[in-house]
Amino acid sequence: MAGQTDMELIKDGIRLDGRKPDELREVKITAGVLDNADGSCYLEWGNNKVYAGVFGPMECHPRHKQKADRAIVQARYTMAPFSVNDRKRPGLDRRSSEISYIASQAFEKVVMVEEFPKASIRVDMQVVEAHAGTRCAAITAASVALADAGIPMRDMIPACASGKVNDIVVLDLNKEEDNYGQADLPLAIIPSTGEVVLLQLDGHLSPEQFEEAMDLATSGCMDLYKIMRDALDKSYGGKK
Amino acid sequence: MSSDSVSNLMKGHMESLAAEGKRADGRSINEFRNVSIETGMINTAEGSALVHLGKTKILCGIKLLIGTPYGDSPGSGTMTTTAELAPLADQSFDPGPPREQSIELARVVDRGIRESRMIDFDALCIEHGEKVWMVFIDLYILDNNGNLFDCCTLAAAAALANAKIPNVQHGVADEDVDLPVTCWPISCTFGKLGDKVILDPTSDEESVMSARFTVAHDENGNLRAAQKGMNGAFTDAEVREAVKTARKSDNVLREALKGI
Repeated sequence: MAGQTDMELIKDGIRLDGRKPDELREVKITAGVLDNADGSCYLEWGNNKVYAGVFGPMECHPRHKQKADRAIVQARYTMAPFSVNDRKRPGLDRRSSEISYIASQAFEKVVMVEEFPKASIRVDMQVVEAHAGTRCAAITAASVALADAGIPMRDMIPACASGKVNDIVVLDLNKEEDNYGQADLPLAIIPSTGEVVLLQLDGHLSPEQFEEAMDLATSGCMDLYKIMRDALDKSYGGKK
Repeated sequence: MSSDSVSNLMKGHMESLAAEGKRADGRSINEFRNVSIETGMINTAEGSALVHLGKTKILCGIKLLIGTPYGDSPGSGTMTTTAELAPLADQSFDPGPPREQSIELARVVDRGIRESRMIDFDALCIEHGEKVWMVFIDLYILDNNGNLFDCCTLAAAAALANAKIPNVQHGVADEDVDLPVTCWPISCTFGKLGDKVILDPTSDEESVMSARFTVAHDENGNLRAAQKGMNGAFTDAEVREAVKTARKSDNVLREALKGI
C-alpha cells in the first residue's frame, strides 16, 4: 500500500483490467480434484490459482497441541516458489505463518470442533500462481475443501477483499491496485449469520469509506458464496 | 493410503499377484500407468508442467533469474532443484522443513537432468565470470499415489521444454528464446515385491515393497543417473535386468513428452 502514486488505476469508472468498481474477477471453483486428500478444491480467481486439501479429523500431532474438549484446525498457507515473478524461497515465511494462523482461527469458528475432542483437522492451502488476493482465494478454496471432506460445519466462509484506488472504493484488488492502491481490506464472513471471522486492513480509509468498503466486501463474499455452493452442487447435487 | 496401515494380508495378496506376473490394478509387472502432460498453465513461471501418472499428480514450475556463476565454472549457468511434498498430497506428509525423503527425491531428479546435460549450461552464460542465468526447478507434489521419482523427472523435463529465457524482462536481449535443451533424460523406477521386480509402483505397492531402484536414461539409451532406495536389496541379476527393462519401458513416457 504505497498510496503515493500518480498512476491512474481507474478511469471513467473503469479499472485497468476493464472491471467496474464493484465487479469481482472471474472465479472458477472445482471440488474434489485430489485423490488422496479427504476433501479438496481447485480455485482460479482471475489469474490466481490455488489448491486446497483437507485431512481429518485425525489424531492431533504434536500431542501438546491437543485440546481435551474440542478439535483444532491446523491451517497452512504456502506459496509456490514459481507463483510470483521473483522466485519466492520455499517454505513458511512470516507472512505465510500469519495468514495460516488467522485462517486456522477463522475455520475453528465454523467447523464443529466440539464434536471431535483431541482431534486435528489439517487444512492445506497451496498457492501456485499469485496475482493479489491469494489469502482470500486460499480461504475460499479451503472452505469448499472442508465441505468436500464432509466435515461438519455451521457454514462455509467466503473471503473477499475491497480496497481504495484513486480515492474510489473498489472490490477485489488486482495486482496493480494492490501494489499502487491506497487501501486493502480482506474480509471473511459467515454468510448465514453475517458474522465477521477474518478482517485485516492496511492503508488509508475515511470512516465513510470504511463503511462503503465493508459493504462492498460483504457483497463480494455473498457472490462468492453462490459460486462455492454451485461448485458443490455440481459435484454432489445429483440428478436435477 | 501409503501409511503403514496396509495389512500383512494385503502384503501377501500383492506378493502372490506379483509372483503370477499380475498387479492389483490389472497392469503387467513392466507397465507404466496412464500418463498425461499439460504445459504452460502458470503465467508467473518461465515454464510449467502438470503431470499425471495414474493418480499421482505433480506440478513443476521453472524460474530463471540472473546471478553470479560459481568460481570453478565461470562460463556456465547454474541449476537448483527442490521438491515440496505438499501436506495436501498425502496424510503422512508433515508440514515443515524438507525431510530426507524430499531432499533425496529432488537430488535424484537433479542428477538426472544435470548429469545428462539436458540443459546447455554454457548457453546460459550472459557475461563470463559475472552474469549467468540461474535455473530453478521447483516440484510440487499435489497428489501422491506412488512413484514420485519418475513423475517428478517427467514433470521437470516437460517444464524445461516449455521454458523461455526471459531476456526482455531482464533487459538482456530483445526477445525471449527457448531454454536450450539438448537431450531427454527419463527415469524408470522399480520396486521389489516379494521375489518379483515391478515397474512404476503405486503407493499401496510402495508400502509393501522392500526395495526401490531408479535408473535414468537419455534418448540414446545411455545411463545418466541411478539410485537404490529402501532397506531391502536387489540381486545383481535383478539390477541388470531392470536397467534393460527401463530402456524399453521408458518409450511410453518419451512419447508423452514428445506430444507436448
